[in-house]
Amino acid sequence: MTALDMPPQAAGPRSAPGNGLRRRALAWLAPRPQAQAWTLLAPGTVWMLGFFLVPVIVMCAYSVMPRGEYGGVDPGFTIEAYTRFLHPVYLTILERTFVLAVATTVLSALAGYPVAYTIARSGRWKSLLLFLVVLPFWTSFLVRTFAMIFLMRDTGLINSWLIAAGLRQEPIPMLYTPFSVLAGLVYGYLPFMVLPIYASLEKLDPALLEAAEVLGARPAARFRRVTLPLSAPGLIAGCLLVFIPSLGSYLTSDLLGGAKELLIGNLVQNQFSTARNWPFGSAASFILMIVVLAAVLVYLRLRPPDTVRGW
Amino acid sequence: MTSPAVEFHRVSKSFGATKAVDSISFNIERGEFFSILGPSGCGKTTTLRLLAGFETPDPDGGEVRILGEVVNDKRPYERQIAMVFQNYALFPHLSVERNIAFGLEQRRTPRSEIAGRVARALDLVRLSPQTFARRSPTQLSGGQRQRVALARALVLDPAILLLDEPLGAIDLQLRKEMQLELKALNKQLGTTFLYVTHDQEEALTMSDRIAVMSHARIAQLGTPAEIYENPRTAFVAKFIGESNFLDGRITDRADAWWEVEGRGGIRFRIPVLNGLAPGQDVHIAVRPEWLDVFRPDAVPAGENAIPGTVRDVVYLGETMHVVVSAPSTPDITVALRNEGQLINPLPWRRGDPATVAWRPEDCQILEDE
Repeated sequence: MTALDMPPQAAGPRSAPGNGLRRRALAWLAPRPQAQAWTLLAPGTVWMLGFFLVPVIVMCAYSVMPRGEYGGVDPGFTIEAYTRFLHPVYLTILERTFVLAVATTVLSALAGYPVAYTIARSGRWKSLLLFLVVLPFWTSFLVRTFAMIFLMRDTGLINSWLIAAGLRQEPIPMLYTPFSVLAGLVYGYLPFMVLPIYASLEKLDPALLEAAEVLGARPAARFRRVTLPLSAPGLIAGCLLVFIPSLGSYLTSDLLGGAKELLIGNLVQNQFSTARNWPFGSAASFILMIVVLAAVLVYLRLRPPDTVRGW
Repeated sequence: MTSPAVEFHRVSKSFGATKAVDSISFNIERGEFFSILGPSGCGKTTTLRLLAGFETPDPDGGEVRILGEVVNDKRPYERQIAMVFQNYALFPHLSVERNIAFGLEQRRTPRSEIAGRVARALDLVRLSPQTFARRSPTQLSGGQRQRVALARALVLDPAILLLDEPLGAIDLQLRKEMQLELKALNKQLGTTFLYVTHDQEEALTMSDRIAVMSHARIAQLGTPAEIYENPRTAFVAKFIGESNFLDGRITDRADAWWEVEGRGGIRFRIPVLNGLAPGQDVHIAVRPEWLDVFRPDAVPAGENAIPGTVRDVVYLGETMHVVVSAPSTPDITVALRNEGQLINPLPWRRGDPATVAWRPEDCQILEDE
C-alpha cells in the first residue's frame, strides 16, 4: 500500500479549514481556569446587571423623589412616600399579603411533599409523573387563571354541578374571596414546591432508610428522623420559591380576588398606572423587597446551618 | 434445648421469573462466625436481606427462623438483629454519637443509659469517644466510618449481627486488621455473625463455617479447611483458591488406589471412594501447593507423575509458580515456596523438561455440578 491509497481523512485534522480558529479559541480558554470562569459567568452577569440591578437602583432613587404631576418624578429629595406607607390602609395590605403568602407556602408544602415523595418512589413512572408536574407550564399562566374563573364563579362548573346534583340550592360564593386567591396561588406555584423536594428525595440513599428500619425505626419514626431532615434542603428551597413570588403576585389577586383583595403587588401596579404616583409605587416595591429579604433571613436563621444537628 | 441462632428451611425468593434464592437450607449456631461466600449474582445478598427482613420469602418459599421463631412476616424492626451495610449507611445529618444512639433511642432506652453505652461501643471499636463522638460522618476516613457503623450495630447487643461486605471499600492493610478485629469481637461478645462477601480470603480468615453459594443454591457448606481441602465441585475448587483440573476414567484397582487413565494416555492414582467403580469418568482437582516438579528421572516412587516442559516461571513474592505444559492436559501450575531467588534461585528455565508429581491422596475428587 502506498501513501496515495490512503483516504484523505487519514491526513489528520490539520487539513480541515476553520479548525485553526477553534483550536486557538480553545487554547485561549483551556490553560486559564480564571479566564474560563469569567467567560462562563459573563452572559448571566451582564443580563442580571442590566435588567435587575440597574432598575433596582433607579427604583430606589425614584422612591425618595417628589412625585411628578403626570407620572414620573421631579428633582428633589423627600421620604414622603415611605411615611405615607405607614398609614393603616397600606399596613393592612402588607399584612394581608404576608398572611396569604405564608398560607400559600404552607398549603403548597403540605400538598407538594406527598406528591414529590410518591414520584421519587415511582420507579419507571418517574419521568411521566415529572412531565405531568411541569405540564401546566405549557400554557400561559394568564389563560390558566381565567380558566379558574370559569370553574369557581357562581355559574361556573363547580357550582352548576353542585346544584345539578342537588347538593346545594344556592351557589357557593367562591370567586372574589380570599379562598379563590389562595386556590389560584397554590395552583400556580405548586410545581415550584414539588420539583426541589423531589430532587432532594431522589438523592436520598435507600440504604439509609433500611439502616433506620434495622435500627428499630417504624415507618413514622423513620420519616421524622431520616427522610424529613435529609429532604429539608429541598423543602426549604421549595418554600422560598413559593413564598417569594406569592408575596409579589398581583395577577392572581387581580383576576380571582376582584377589587376586594388588594395585595401589595396590585398596589404597586396601581400606583404606576392609574394613580401615577411613581415614588409611592417605588417605595411600596422597596418595602416589599425588604420584607422578602427579612422573612428569608429569619427563615434561614430558624434552621440550623447545614451541618450535623440533632432532631 | 436451645434452638440455633438462624435456621433457613427450604427458603426460596424470586424476583419476577428469576430465582434469586432457590430452596436453601442451613443453620447458624449461636455465637458462630458464619460466612456466605459467592460471586456477584449468586444470591448471597438476597439471603442476607431475607434474614434482615428487607425481603420476604416467596409465598410457598419455606421458613426463616431467628432463635427458633419464624420471622417470615416480621419487619426488620421486629427482629433481634443489627446490620453493618456495604457503604456504612451512616446518617449524614447526625453526629457519630447520635448515629450510635439512634437504635437505642428507637428502642426507648432510658436517656441516662444511652451516653454510657455509646461511649462503651466506641471503645469497643477502638475509637476514642472524646475525639470522635461529636464529629460528622463526613469528617471521617473510610476505616473510621466502618468502625462507627460497627459500633452503631453492636451497641444494641443484637442476637445476630449481619455484615454485608463491610470491608470492601477500605484498603488492604486496614482490611486485614479489621478482619482479625471482627473475629476477636465475635469471640469476645458471643454474638452470632453472618458475614457476606465475595472475597474468599476474607471468608477463610474469619469464619467458623462458610456457605459457598452459586446460582441461587449452596454449593458447599463447611469449615474453611473442609471447603479448601475438600471442595465438592469444580466451582468451589475454582472459586476458593487456585486449582489444577484433570479428567479421566477409572480402569482398575491397584492396592488402596483406583487407577485412572486420562486423555493422551496419562495415568494417575486416586483414593478409593465409595460410589466409584471401574469404567466411571472422574474429575479431580489438585492444589498448586500440593504439586512438585522434578527432573524426569528423579520422580519419587509411588507418586502420580505427568511429564511435560516448563512453560513459565512466575515470581509472586511468597511463592513461585512453575507452569508446566503437558500434552493433552491444560497447563499445570505448581506453587513452590520462594526460598530467595537472589541467593537460591529455582533451577527451572523455560523449555526445561519437567515432570509434575503429587501424592495420590492429595487428589480432590469432584462431583458433577
